[in-house]
Amino acid sequence: MIPLDYYLILSAFMFCVGVLGVVVRRNAIVVFMSIELMLNSVNLSLIAFSSFLGDPTGQMLVFFVMTVAAAEAAVGLAIIIALFRNKQTVNIDEINILKW
Amino acid sequence: MSFEQVVFCFLAILAAFSAVMMILQRNPVNSALYLILNFFCLGGLYLTLNAQFIAMVQVLVYAGAIMVLFLFVIMLLNLGDDRRLREHLGLRMYLGIGFSVALALELLFIFLFRSSNSAVQQSPNAVEMGTVEYVGKVLFTKFLFPFEVTSLLLLAAIVGAVILAKKKIAE
Repeated sequence: MIPLDYYLILSAFMFCVGVLGVVVRRNAIVVFMSIELMLNSVNLSLIAFSSFLGDPTGQMLVFFVMTVAAAEAAVGLAIIIALFRNKQTVNIDEINILKW
Repeated sequence: MSFEQVVFCFLAILAAFSAVMMILQRNPVNSALYLILNFFCLGGLYLTLNAQFIAMVQVLVYAGAIMVLFLFVIMLLNLGDDRRLREHLGLRMYLGIGFSVALALELLFIFLFRSSNSAVQQSPNAVEMGTVEYVGKVLFTKFLFPFEVTSLLLLAAIVGAVILAKKKIAE
C-alpha cells in the first residue's frame, strides 16, 4: 500500500515545476502548458485525498476542473491565435498592449 | 517491493521527469509531447488510487482532446524554431527560480513538520467509488446543479473561441 504522502509530494513537485515554467518561459504556449501542469498536479492531490478519505467529492471536483480546463484551453488558444495574427509573435515580453 | 509500489515508483518518476523536460525543451512541439507523456502517467496514478472513471477521462480529454488542440495551434502558428524567441537568463529568471525553490521548500517543510500522522490506508470503499456507476450516481444527484452549469460554461467557451479566433472581415 502506497502512503498518501508520496502522492502529495509528487503533486507538490509537479506544481513547483509548473510555477517555474510560468515564471521563466517566455513562449506563451509553453506558459499555457505549464498552467495545465499545475491544474493536473492539484487534480492528483484531490484524487489522492478522495481515495484515502473515502469521499467522492474530490473526484467530482476533478471532473469539473477538467471541464473548466477544456474551456480554458479553447479560449486561451483562440486568444493566442488572435495575438499572433496581430503581433506575429507569441513572446509574452513583446505582448504588452495592456500595459501603460 | 510489491507490484503496486513498483508501478507507483515507475509512474511517479516518469511523471516528474516528463514535467521537468516539458519546461526545459526549446521546441514547443517537444514540450507538448512531454506533457502528453505526463498526462498518461497521471492517468496510471489515478488507476492506482482506484479512480477508474477519472483515469479514462484524463486520457481521453486531457491527453486526447486538449493536447491535440495545443499541437494543432503550435503547428498552425509554425512555432517549430524557438530561435527568434530569445529567452535570456535575466534577473527575472533568477528571481523566478528563487521563488519556485522557496515554494518547493515550503511544501517540503509542511510534510516534514506536520503535527499528526495522516491516513496511511486507502479507504475500503474507495474501490467501488471510482466506477462509472458510482460517479454517475453522485454526479446526477448531489452535483446536478454544477453539472448543468458546466454546460453553460462550455457553450460560452465555444462561442468565445469562435469569436476570438475568427478572421476579421474587411468591411
